[in-house]
Amino acid sequence: MADPIRWARYRWQRLISTEGREGSSSSSSNKCYQSSKTTGKHRIVIPCLGHFKEEYEKVSKLYMNNQIRTTKYTLLNFLPRNLFEQFHRVANLYFLFLVVLNWVPLVEAFQKEITMLPLVVVLTIIAVKDGLEDYSKYKMDKQINNLLTKVYSRKEKKYIDECWKNVNVGDFIRLSRNEIIPADMVLLYSSDLDGICYIETAGLDGETNLKQRQVVRGYSEQVSEIDPEKFSSRIECESPNNDLSRFQGFVEHSNKDRVGLSKENLLLRGCTVRNTEAVVGIVVYAGHETKAMLNNSGPHYKRSKLERKVNTDILWCVLLLILMCLTGAIGHGIWLSRYSEIPFFNIPEPDGKSIPPTLAGFNMFWTMIILLQVLIPVSLYVSIEIVKLGQIYLIQNDIDFYHERTDSTIQCRALNIAEDLGQIQYIFSDKTGTLTENKMVFRRCSIAGQEYCHEENAKRLESYQEMDSEDEDSADHQCGSLTYRSKWRGHNCRAVNKPLNRRSLNQLSGSYPALVREDGAGDVPHSGHVAFSSPIETDVVPDAQLLEKFTQISSRSCQQSEEASSKLSLETTYITDFFLALAICNTVVVSVPNQPRQKMRHSSLGRMPIKSLEEIRQMFQRLSVRRLSSSPLPSVKESSSESPNSFVSKLSIFRMKLASPALDGAAQRAAEHHNTDSPEESQVPQELDMVNVAAGCERNSAASSIELSPLPKLCYEAESPDEAALVHAARAYKCILQSRTPDQVTVDFAGLGSLTFQLLHILPFDSVRKRMSVVVRHPVSNKVLVYTKGADSVMMDLLRTASEGTNNSEMEQKIKERTQKHLDEYARRGLRTLCIAKKVMSDAEYAEWLNHHFLAETSIDNREALLLESAVRLETELTLLGATGIEDRLQEGVPDTIQALRKAGIKIWMLTGDKRETAVNIAYACKLLEPDDRIFTLKSQSRDACALVMSKILEGIQKNTSASKKNSQKLGSVSASPSTQAPGFSAGLVIDGRTLEHVLHDSLQNIFLELTEKCRAVVCCRATPLQKSIVVRLVRNKLKAMTLAVGDGANDVSMIQVADTGVGISGQEGMQAVMASDFAISQFRHLKKLLLVHGHWCYTRLTNMVLYFFYKNVAYVNLLFWYQFFCGFSGTSMTDYWILILFNLLFTSVPPIVYGVLDKDVPAEILMQLPQLYMMSQKSVAYLPSPFWITLLDAFYQSLVCFFVPYFTYYGSDIDIFSFGNPINTAALFIILFHLLIECKSVTWIHTVVIVGSILLYFVFTLAFGATCKTHNPPSNPYWIMEKHMTDPVFYLVCLLTTCVALLPRYLLRVLQGTLFLSPVLRAKHLDRLTPKEQREAIKRWKDDCIVNCRVEFQATSGSSSSATGAVSEGESIVSVLPTSKAPLQACSRHGLVEDTSFLPDIQDESGTTNGLNSEKNVFLNSAKKTNSDTFGSNNSCTKVSMCASEEGSSAVSLAHKAGLNSVLCEEDALMYFTKSECCLKPKSSNC
Amino acid sequence: MAVNYSAKEEADGHPSGGVGVPGGGAVGGGSGGGGGGGGGGGAVKTRKPDNTAFKQQRLPAWQPILTAGTVLPAFFIIGLIFIPIGIGIFVTSNNIREYEIDYTGTEPSSPCNKCLNVSWDSTPPCTCTINFTLEHSFESNVFMYYGLSNFYQNHRRYVKSRDDSQLNGDNSSLLNPSKECEPYRTNEDKPIAPCGAIANSMFNDTLELYRIDNDTRTPITLIKKGIAWWTDKNVKFRNPTGDGNNLTALFQGTTKPVNWPKPVYMLDSEPDNNGFINEDFIVWMRTAALPTFRKLYRLIERKDNLQPTLQAGKYSLDIAYNYPVHSFDGRKRMILSTISWMGGKNPFLGIAYITVGSICFFLGVVLLIIHHKYGNRNTSADIPN
Repeated sequence: MADPIRWARYRWQRLISTEGREGSSSSSSNKCYQSSKTTGKHRIVIPCLGHFKEEYEKVSKLYMNNQIRTTKYTLLNFLPRNLFEQFHRVANLYFLFLVVLNWVPLVEAFQKEITMLPLVVVLTIIAVKDGLEDYSKYKMDKQINNLLTKVYSRKEKKYIDECWKNVNVGDFIRLSRNEIIPADMVLLYSSDLDGICYIETAGLDGETNLKQRQVVRGYSEQVSEIDPEKFSSRIECESPNNDLSRFQGFVEHSNKDRVGLSKENLLLRGCTVRNTEAVVGIVVYAGHETKAMLNNSGPHYKRSKLERKVNTDILWCVLLLILMCLTGAIGHGIWLSRYSEIPFFNIPEPDGKSIPPTLAGFNMFWTMIILLQVLIPVSLYVSIEIVKLGQIYLIQNDIDFYHERTDSTIQCRALNIAEDLGQIQYIFSDKTGTLTENKMVFRRCSIAGQEYCHEENAKRLESYQEMDSEDEDSADHQCGSLTYRSKWRGHNCRAVNKPLNRRSLNQLSGSYPALVREDGAGDVPHSGHVAFSSPIETDVVPDAQLLEKFTQISSRSCQQSEEASSKLSLETTYITDFFLALAICNTVVVSVPNQPRQKMRHSSLGRMPIKSLEEIRQMFQRLSVRRLSSSPLPSVKESSSESPNSFVSKLSIFRMKLASPALDGAAQRAAEHHNTDSPEESQVPQELDMVNVAAGCERNSAASSIELSPLPKLCYEAESPDEAALVHAARAYKCILQSRTPDQVTVDFAGLGSLTFQLLHILPFDSVRKRMSVVVRHPVSNKVLVYTKGADSVMMDLLRTASEGTNNSEMEQKIKERTQKHLDEYARRGLRTLCIAKKVMSDAEYAEWLNHHFLAETSIDNREALLLESAVRLETELTLLGATGIEDRLQEGVPDTIQALRKAGIKIWMLTGDKRETAVNIAYACKLLEPDDRIFTLKSQSRDACALVMSKILEGIQKNTSASKKNSQKLGSVSASPSTQAPGFSAGLVIDGRTLEHVLHDSLQNIFLELTEKCRAVVCCRATPLQKSIVVRLVRNKLKAMTLAVGDGANDVSMIQVADTGVGISGQEGMQAVMASDFAISQFRHLKKLLLVHGHWCYTRLTNMVLYFFYKNVAYVNLLFWYQFFCGFSGTSMTDYWILILFNLLFTSVPPIVYGVLDKDVPAEILMQLPQLYMMSQKSVAYLPSPFWITLLDAFYQSLVCFFVPYFTYYGSDIDIFSFGNPINTAALFIILFHLLIECKSVTWIHTVVIVGSILLYFVFTLAFGATCKTHNPPSNPYWIMEKHMTDPVFYLVCLLTTCVALLPRYLLRVLQGTLFLSPVLRAKHLDRLTPKEQREAIKRWKDDCIVNCRVEFQATSGSSSSATGAVSEGESIVSVLPTSKAPLQACSRHGLVEDTSFLPDIQDESGTTNGLNSEKNVFLNSAKKTNSDTFGSNNSCTKVSMCASEEGSSAVSLAHKAGLNSVLCEEDALMYFTKSECCLKPKSSNC
Repeated sequence: MAVNYSAKEEADGHPSGGVGVPGGGAVGGGSGGGGGGGGGGGAVKTRKPDNTAFKQQRLPAWQPILTAGTVLPAFFIIGLIFIPIGIGIFVTSNNIREYEIDYTGTEPSSPCNKCLNVSWDSTPPCTCTINFTLEHSFESNVFMYYGLSNFYQNHRRYVKSRDDSQLNGDNSSLLNPSKECEPYRTNEDKPIAPCGAIANSMFNDTLELYRIDNDTRTPITLIKKGIAWWTDKNVKFRNPTGDGNNLTALFQGTTKPVNWPKPVYMLDSEPDNNGFINEDFIVWMRTAALPTFRKLYRLIERKDNLQPTLQAGKYSLDIAYNYPVHSFDGRKRMILSTISWMGGKNPFLGIAYITVGSICFFLGVVLLIIHHKYGNRNTSADIPN
């Protein structure tokens, strides 16, 4: 019962449960390690064919086959094992102890068998539950084990159907499209010509986007399928582990050549093959050794706060029990010692002697424990479990959590912490995807230092805001069947199809959709849904200015495409490169919408007009290479030791496309109808599509010139939504990503036609580098290009330095500065920024780098580090092209939710990896920070500085709060405000990731927490996943606060796991967060109801039920205790043992459960409207120590009444024991049930039925028992007692009186509470009584009161704060950036009303580097807003006041302003001081 | 349980059902595996929860709001009901005639003092006579009780020390009594009938009542039948069965309880009140709830309507003093009492009802005041500040 014990038990259980599952596997793999001495911890996989047969037989026995067994029990071991496990529960052990105790004759209190009853019942219930669970697992296993797959059979020399369970390591498996992969296998063949296989990992991590897998190098060139008979290589790889993102190993061919294997070559069990006709692989891990199975860690176990409290209270009960038993023991001893000789009612021992009083007393202690055992509410545990299940059931069925668009509702993954939702004090929220939609929308870009602000695009987004809720329904299915609303055609720049057209397309394009649906939809409900492609994301309206420039390039390049690039001006080169980078520098997969997941690809016989003979020659060259390498045994040597030279020869620089004349003509005809310059009209004429489809080939490749590009409907599936947004943006400028294969990318570039880039390398994104790069060979210039995109903080450092002093570099410097300015501005608007850069490499440079890279790629150990190093080596000396700003809109209802949660007394922290400006702006937008808040920014380089800054801030805050307190005292009328923190003072804290590191250091934790407690919101930006979890752990452990972490992505997983309650948002970024979470919701706003309503309900329900349980048991057991005073403490029970046991098990067990599941103190609507009510449960009001003790006191009182009223009534009469017990017991039943009725806040028919049913059951049982049981129950004799009592009026009179007297105080207490000391909850309950209109008014009045209170406080604060820091307040001007999700709106004032930073520490580092604190005060000024909105309304432009400050200038000014401070220290990328003198007003016109 | 179980299934089924069949089963976790299959099939079905009152927790509910105003009537009604009941009970109880004599004989002046240290089977029995005077006549049927104090008939092991099967006439139990009877199970290798401590310690004083009328002692007829519960006498207690009605033969092979002077089949001369179905025995076997108790000993029936059952006047009680209670400071009493519909004389219940009724009434008044002072606040959810 004590925490450590439970914990230990849990660990132990985990150990046990994993033993069975993995016991055999680990032992076998251990053996395997021993046997393969040469390879250490690697495993060797050999096909069971040919000349390996002997070795295969030796090795294969060591590996598990593919049969899985997830069940815990077998038929034989179920009973012993289940019992064994159940007895790890302390409660059960306690019961067992009692049972055993009862078998000791000396202390035996009950009949031996009876004590076993509760234990047996509890064990049976749990065993049945476990058994059913296990049985369904068994059925599931059987179903999976018996799935069929094609395995190569040596005997029949072909692939035959085999059950999954018969698959062994080393088997060759052939899978077709949409088949599920039965075991982890290395991909050896793919019908895809590029050796690619697409898999969908939804079954593994829930991510719906496709992942590419590649055939092992050396096998990809084969044309025909691999022949297992001729496979003569052996595979060495790691021993099984659970890291999904890692796989290392190599293939060793018969000639000792080794080819490295990576996760790109591994097909994981549980994934589905998509878009690939056939694949062949060799199994390397099977069954429980597969990564999927090893990742199956089982459900996680969390214990709720309430449960912990219950445990302490149970300890109190144990103490009480011991006290009572001691009383009994001592009493018995005293009672015995009173008699000089043995009285004849005290039975002597068999030897005729009586035992001494002390020993008798000792024995009596144990007897009493048996007798009073019910005091420890063991049924409480079972009841709590059941109640929680009921609560979870109701949460899951709440229709408000249903999200229409994704057809998803809440998932409760942890079953036992629902009540924790009612006690949350801190919410840690991710930003992207959690607060925001994670629908990345391209907003603006800056190319070569020139900004293009995309006004039209902004307008489009605005209008989407209102409409998208209805429109995105269709958006989600857009790849399947599109029915675009005509109203969007106006500014859709993508092709819009008419439904008719679509339908005909589907008909013509064969059965793919049906096929996919057939077996794809079955297991993946969202297979039709493609991530990141709602119209809001895909439709980008090009900026007019930029488009104009772009068309210039296009037209020029049309005329002289060959040497276009060289002749174009520098700016146009930038623009071209910029868009090429957008289109290429990504990992987007292209597919055609009407054939979901069907990759767009071009056969090697392209359809492009032949441009030159040279190209034809190259084409044939390539084809011949293919042919040559298509021998069954691939030329391993060549491919495995690729040298740069052979590499170049292998290149196909151009992938040409041959268009059929008919198609071309049709397209041309069609194109005449529209003008592509205006995107609005870029609508595909119907006939064109028809013709294209009729021709039976992909339409989108039909066009070769800008005139003919019909902007085909392509689906882009990207790993991150930013990428998709950028590709869509590029596409809006007719720079269309057409297809992507592992070694080439085709871009339909408006001016230059289809360009096929040889894709040399992709250096994928990682969080360390914060960038990704692609290395391509430019088709025209034939140069090796590196396109890099990444976060500006890292990118800016990688740019080519201006050391050369040339003209170019000067310009580059200028571009860099201006771009940085734009980037800062984007960030202030809450946009996500990315820098785009490029680098041109010479062949020699490239070859050198490639050499290194190749080494890195092929090494088995330490490969990741080497690859990283290699990537870093490449990404230097970049030329900045430009930057993009992508908007991530707030989710629906986020500000409202945050405000409500705020009012509920929950502190919300935002932990994001984004940069500070973006984070702060989102925080403003979602009302996390209020315009009136004082913002402190923590940004320091060293720990000491950090400490100093924090203490300064604290000082300041304390000064403020004390001042405001005084003020509020003066005002007097302000009473307890809902918020617990310093009244009226609201501060926000913004911390940078690097500073966070210092702050989280042990020495600073306390001051940091003290500081954060004073702030209403904390924003941590640039936080790594690890930091996120550390922050959560810190708050959780140090402040002992209930924490909730909410996030949607893999980077939030650690935080979600650390928090008391983890909430995952099943959004765009896959299921990892959901998998780790306790609750998964689809929208952030659902958090409001989840916490405010369900959290409140679950908490109050459970606490009340738990309290009631304690009350019930104490009250009932005390009846027995009081009786001991009248039976010489001999342990007699005046109630029949059966009824005694059944009283808890049967007669009074269901009502509390119903109460715990269904009680409703305040209706949902009112809880939603008055978040303040949440604070009641948050502060554990219902379950503080005092209610517990009051409940126990009440229980004592009631038991006293219940015992002594009958006692006095029957005193001195001829009543016998069990007749005396009967009215007591009956009265106790009524008292206990009616007590529940008093405590019930709402009584439904279910309550009524259950309570009436319980009473009836009791009477029926006792009557039946009394009528039948003459002799069957030896110690007690209930025979005919109830019957006799039922005819006795005294019985009724006693029951009536007892019940009334016992319940009177509780009833009176409730009445007085309801009249005199109204708690907010009660008041809210009264609201429910009112008519809707009155209710509305009352709620409004309630709210208004709060607001008035707050206002008074605010005024007090602002007054005081300005007086406190007035010295520096003059002349400072503040910029307030208030991004709204709708429009860019920036407010500015030249004369700030409120002062700027007040706490500037005078810190000077010894090293001379500058440390600084910049605390800025962002004030939203109403006046500014007004002016702004005026201008905004009139000319559709944003009036922007840009504050620029050079570092010197600002420090100078600051020095001037902040007299008394020695110096102002700025960091290199610290924010600027916005001072009046430095402010340059830059009104922006519509043409930007 | 069934409902809740399915709820759990559903809880687990959702995540794993959503992520695909085999892998989902595997990845979804130990318990998640169970739900995987169900989720796979229901792709067409929307997951939208049913909009029923129960699931949406909108069941029509009576929401009792306990305020002074709403509960006022309840308090007054309770008061108004309880006070008359209490008065009724009190009057009834007061009308009961009861007379009690303590004949333990601890006081030296008591006639029974000489018998204070008797043993169980002293022969001849020590006898003593106590004279007393009834101030009031007993009009209706009079119940004669013997009362014992400080006698813990409710001691746990004492209560258990009996064999109900034996008492129910079970022949096998007769000869092989239950172990619970130890150490009064066998005596000299013969099973004791009736076995156990309760039977062994049966009250064996004999009380005789005489009316003294001008120095003449008229014995008062004491009826010894009908003092036990009908069900006890007729169902629960049965003599052993066998050939004939000769109890002596039926109890062959058993021996009398240690303390008894004579075996169980010699308790009474009448066959239907002998053996296990002897009513004195049955009454004794119904163990008392409290250490101070009385047990019905005899009935005195009213003979005719003209005379009271017991007239006021002098009486004497002849006691054959066999039962030793002095060793444990016990007391022995003889009680004469008439009874009413609510049993013997007990003023407690009436007083309690009157008190509780008054308190409720008083509280009602207090609440009325409170309601008038503060009650209006509740109707409009004002803020108390």
